[in-house]
This record gives sequence, structure tokens and C-alpha cells, in this order.
Amino acid sequence: MQHETHTHGIDMAALGRDKQSLNLAAETTAIEVPGLDLFYGEKQALFDVKLNIPKQRVTAFIGPSGCGKSTLLRTFNRMNDLVDGCRVQGEIRIDGRDIYRKGEDVAELRRRVGMVFQKPNPFPKSIYENVVYGLRIQGINQKRVLDEAVEWALKSAALWDEVKDRLHDSALGLSGGQQQRLVIARTVAVQPEVLLLDEPCSALDPISTLKVEELIYELKSKYTIVIVTHNMQQAARVSDYTAFMYMGKMIEYGDTDTLFTNPAKKQTEDYITGRYG
Amino acid sequence: MKQNNLKSWYKSGAPGVWMSGGAVAIAIIMTIGLLLVIASRGLGHFWPADVVEADYSIPGQAPKVMAGEITQTEEVPRARLAASGLPVAEEGGEFMTRQLLKVGNRELFGADFSWVIGEWLSNPRTPAELMVVERREWGNMYGYLINVKENGQVVAEGEAAWDELQKRIERVEQLHAQLARLEKKDIGRINHGMERIRLEGRKLELQGKLDATAQAALDARRAVLDADYKVLEAQIVELYQQFNRDSMTVRVSDGRESNIVLGKVVRAFRPNAMGPLDKVGFYGIKLWEFVSDEPREANTEGGIFPAIFGTVLMVMLMAVLVTPFGVIAAVYLREYAKQGPLTRVIRIAVNNLAGVPSIVYGVFGLGFFVYVLGGSIDSLFFPEAAPAPTFGTPGLMWASLTLAILTLPVVIVATEEGLARIPRAVREGSLALGATKAETLWKVVIPMASPAMMTGLILAVARAAGEVAPLMLVGVVKLAPSLPLNGNYPYLHLDQKIMHLGFHIYDVGFQSPNVEAARPLVYATALLLVIVIATLNFSAVYIRNHLREKYKALDH
Repeated sequence: MQHETHTHGIDMAALGRDKQSLNLAAETTAIEVPGLDLFYGEKQALFDVKLNIPKQRVTAFIGPSGCGKSTLLRTFNRMNDLVDGCRVQGEIRIDGRDIYRKGEDVAELRRRVGMVFQKPNPFPKSIYENVVYGLRIQGINQKRVLDEAVEWALKSAALWDEVKDRLHDSALGLSGGQQQRLVIARTVAVQPEVLLLDEPCSALDPISTLKVEELIYELKSKYTIVIVTHNMQQAARVSDYTAFMYMGKMIEYGDTDTLFTNPAKKQTEDYITGRYG
Repeated sequence: MKQNNLKSWYKSGAPGVWMSGGAVAIAIIMTIGLLLVIASRGLGHFWPADVVEADYSIPGQAPKVMAGEITQTEEVPRARLAASGLPVAEEGGEFMTRQLLKVGNRELFGADFSWVIGEWLSNPRTPAELMVVERREWGNMYGYLINVKENGQVVAEGEAAWDELQKRIERVEQLHAQLARLEKKDIGRINHGMERIRLEGRKLELQGKLDATAQAALDARRAVLDADYKVLEAQIVELYQQFNRDSMTVRVSDGRESNIVLGKVVRAFRPNAMGPLDKVGFYGIKLWEFVSDEPREANTEGGIFPAIFGTVLMVMLMAVLVTPFGVIAAVYLREYAKQGPLTRVIRIAVNNLAGVPSIVYGVFGLGFFVYVLGGSIDSLFFPEAAPAPTFGTPGLMWASLTLAILTLPVVIVATEEGLARIPRAVREGSLALGATKAETLWKVVIPMASPAMMTGLILAVARAAGEVAPLMLVGVVKLAPSLPLNGNYPYLHLDQKIMHLGFHIYDVGFQSPNVEAARPLVYATALLLVIVIATLNFSAVYIRNHLREKYKALDH
């Protein structure tokens, strides 16, 4: 990462972004978090987090390691349920419905809220079978439907041209960047409403990173995207809104331009100018 | 200075390398040595060794002629021989040679083998006409062919007799095959059918439904089988007459002549007249007979095919039983059970189960499977067969089940380790696509863990195939009348007793009336057991490597 000399953080103009007029208050809300506490055993990891994630926009979570940004992301599709001793207090509403209420179908929730992880995690199956995995889980087995879904999903993930001749080869033979785009294609194939990206580029080289970022830009017209990133440049490049978290608390949340050029909180400014983290 | 050198040599780790290298070398040498010993001792048995004829003169007795194969030669102190009452001369070297001669002709000499003192043998010779006759009973015969007879009339004499004999032996061999088929297959089928009719009748009787019409129907079926049997019986009598038509006269080494019916002869050959190529061919035939034929003469002659078949079938059945059991148990322990003190205790218990002596499993198998389970099955499903047990007696199924219990811990431990190695990321990837835990397990985790399951299965097979002690209690016998897989309904006879290579070794080696004849077969059978286990293992390893390639772990 290039060293920052600018006193007010990242030079947004230098990133080649269009100036957008974004207003959080005017957006339609996709995920509503009215107040959330989360505990790992006795230890509290999230403290009264409040935020609304706007529909069909890219929202980035930034903050130093261990600040709870991944934990927060994983509450949106209840991935935290898999962690022993994890306990959630509060509500998260998606489409106005609390996903932590009793009787929620977690599998169905996860289909609607897709997730891409830090490291590419394709299944040891063919590229084709990777993409149709979620569809087969839903009981869709007609070849024509699956074929169409594969082509569409791989095109959406900008991978089609690279793999169309070897759909039935093992997915493990792809490069890291291709694997990550395959995972995105796999997630997109089940047509979720929300895409959660948990540091999707941290294991990728710069060129692959660029491709995934372009892809995020493409996908935001259809999906609500929430991305966790360590890389502030990346957050500034791809996101419309950014939340800065520190020690399990939501410090500042607003449109990306404002947050990076004119942060309201001292802690935010310190972080984006590289004084800690 | 020297001290320093030694110290730095020690610090460099070289002694450790030498020690571990040495340990590996010793292990390899021991393995190869073991294989060489059993291979050389076992495989030599089938070689048609020259038959030696010599004059044997015990001091103070009239000399006599002896003929046979020298199977063993050893040096014995003169004093010891003298002490055992032999008329050994006082003069001479400290040691004398003693040779074990396989003289055959058990019905004439009383024993197949005879110890002789090498120094008293003179004028050894290998006459080309000296003949070895392998017989269906009474072991080998060594002697000269005098003539060949048909219905008591001499048809060939002298050198012509030999070719005549070979032709007639071939004919007898064909008749023998026909007879075996008739007796085993056709009569076996009729007996099986009769038994089923009897059981059906008894069943109806027990249910109180055996009225006149049912009885008549059964009788009619029985009559059909009886008629079949009559036909077969006539055929068999006819064949036996043919079979015993020819005979030959043989003069043995001490000059006595003996008349042998050719029906009792398996083959006759003249090892002294054979060239090296003939011997190799003969060796191949004998070896093939060993692996493909049924045993004769209290297991000391013939082949061991039923034992190979029984071993392989039982191990395969064991694998089929233990895999689902072990995998399900491991999946529950690793994936579903709440990890805590209780699961830890269960895990320790499972591991300890692998250390229980196998005979204990045998006792358990007999007490629980055979008597309790088998007894209940009998009283529930086979009341008509009582008091004869069907499943309430040792048999193939109980042997396989006992071995399955014995090898269960291995499969559980290996599968658990395999499951633990599946990256969390892959499971999460599946769950994040809307799959439930069960779907994730079934579609992703278990296929990826399948190489580990195969590893467990390989270890299980290796252990099960070599196990003997428990099997003696739960279903393995010295001689099984028929294979557990045959043409009679229901084809796979889980209730039948089987033969097993491991038990065969024990039986031939220690329970045989003819120890000298049996000893090479012990080695040959041991070699075969090793080969069978190696084959089973290598095929499993091949499958595992194939799976590994398919589901190779994600490389990051």
C-alpha cells in the first residue's frame, strides 16, 4: 500500500472515482440493525451496533484487526451460529423480518444472503458442479436449467471466457483469482439478495484483486453488497458507504467520500491516516 | 581435540541418522528374510525332485534297496546315534549324516518318511523308469510300472505300459471330474431340495396347516426329486464301474508288487526322466493345483482353494459390514455429538477396544452373536429346522460380524481423523450456499474424507485377514463340505462354515497326522496368505490413491 502523505486521508480524486451525491438517509434499507450485542462466551465482541445497510449499494466495513467487522458481517447470514458459545442479543432485520427470531429457516436465509470468504474455497468438484451446487441443494436437477445458470453465473462473475472450454475440469486447477471469482459465481448462481464479502481479495495478487473489484462494481446494480476489507484503498475504490469499527463499536458510518475526506471522529481520522491499525 | 570431534559429531545428529537408518534397514531385512524363508520352503515343495534309489545296509542286517526323495539332510553326533540304539561303528568322524527319505507307499511301509544314515547308503542311482504315483489316498507311491490291466486282463506291459498308463489316467481324470460334478452339484441340488421340502413340511406341521393336500403336494415334489435321484444314482454307479475298470501293477523298492486301481491315481510321473523344461511345466501344474483345487488327505495334499475363497469372502463381507458402521459412528462422534467429557470417554473407550485381545472378541462372538442372536433368529425364523441350528451355530456371517466388531475402532479413528482434516472453509462455503449441515456432510465433507475412510478400511482388512484365534470360535472349520457361495438358492450361504487360510496353517501344521508331509504346505499356505492380504491391501490402496487424487486437499 502506498504511503499516505495527505493530511485528510485518501485523495479520492486520485482513485478515479466519480463524484457521487449519496445520501444514506434517502436510501432504501436492505439490512436494518437497530442495536446488536454479540458475545463469545463471556467476552463481548460487538457493542450496541446500529446501522442500516442500503439496498443495491456497496457498503464497506473497515477497521483494525479484531475490531469485529467480520463478526458483524457473519451475523447477517448467521454464520456465527457455527461458533461454539456465540450469543447474539438484539435484532437484525432483512426485508423487515428479524433473522434471529425463532423458527427462522437458516438454510433459506443463507441462500438469500450469500457469502464469499477470505480464501477461495471451491469444492473439490468440477467447475460446473461448483456453480450448480446451490441449485442442486434446492433440488433443481434439469440439465437445461443448470446449463443456463452456469453460463449466466460465470458471465456475471466475469469468468465465463476463461473457463467455458473446461467446465468439467476440477475447480482446484484454477488460479487463486479465478477460484475466488468462481466462488462468487457459485454464490450468485442461487440468486441471493445480499452478497457478503469477507476480505475477498486478501489472498489474491494485485491483478486478480483488480478483477474482483471490477466485478463488485458490476454486481452492485443487482445486489446489496457488504464488504469487509483491511485495505482502505479498496474500501475507497469500491464502496458507496463505509463503516469504521473499532473495538467492537461502530465509530462512524457514512458515505465513503465524506468518511475518507472529512471524517467526523478523531479515531476515524487517525485510522485512515495510518496513525494506528 | 578428539573429545571435541566426538562431541561435534554427536551434535551434528549423525548418530541419530545412523541409528534410524539402521532401524529401517533391520526392518527391511527382516521382512525380506521372512518372505524368502516362507517362499523358499513353501515353493520348493512343488518341485519334482529326483527320486533316488540306493542300497541301504544297516551293519549286522541284510542290505535292502530303498527309493525316495531326500527331503532333509543333517549332521548328527555319532555318540547320539549310538545312544539311540543304532549299531553305529565306534570308529570314524564325530558326526554322521542323517537323511530324511520320503519313501511313500504308506500302506506297505507304514509311514511315508524314513530316517536313514547317509554313511550306510551305497550305490545311489536315479533310474529313469522309477515312477512317482500321486494317489487320492495313502499318499505317494514310488516304484516301477509292471503292467496296465483292464478288468483284470493285462493290456500293456514293459515300456508300452507307460504310454498306456498316461492315456488311461487321463480318462480316469475326466471321469473323476464328471463324478465330482454329479455328486457335488447335481446330488447336492437334490439334497438341498429335499431338505427344503422337509423344512416346508415341518413348518406347515408346526403351523397346523399340514393337511392331506399339502402333504400330497410335498410328496409329489419329493417324488420328482426322488426320480431325479434314481437317474443320477444309476449314472454314478455306471461311472464308478468305468472309473474302477483299469488298474496297474507296481513293483516297489523292496520287490513287493502291488495292484492299484487307476481310479485312485491322480497322476503318475517319472521325475528322473524329466528334462528341466518338463520339470518347470510340471511345477506350474502343481502350483496351479495348489491354488485352485480342493484339499485331499486331511489337507496334506491337493489345493487350498476353499480356504482362499473363504478368507477373501469373509474379509469382503467384513469390509461391507464395518464401513457403514464405523463411518456413521465417526460422523456422529465428530460432527454431531457435543464435544465434552462424555465424548472424550467414548473416544478413549473406542481406542481401547482396538487393544482388546482378539480371542476375547471370539468369545463374545460365540456368546452373543452365535448363541443369543443366532439362537433368536433360529427360534423366530427357522423353527422348522429345530433342533438343528441354522444361524445358532458358528458360520460365515458371525465370523464376518465378529471381525467387523474387532476392526471397528480402526475405521472409527481413521474416519474421525479424516473428518477433522476437512478445512472449515469448505464446510462454510457449502453452508453459505444454503445447504443444511446434513447436506454439507453428505455432498462435500464425506466425499472429501473418503480417502481417510479407505485408510481405515485398509488397516481393518490387514488386521482381519490375518486374524485366526476368534475365527476358530465363530465359524471357521478344518474342512468345509462346500463353498459358501454356490448355485443352490440362496447362493450366498451366510450360515455355512468356511475354511480360512490362517486356520488352515494352524490345522495343517499342528493337527495333521502326517507332520512331515504337511510342513512344506504350512510355508506354502503362509506365503499364500501373505499374498492374499497384500493383494487385498494393494487394491484398497489403489482405490484410496484414486480418491485422493480426486478430492485432493485444497492447497492453501
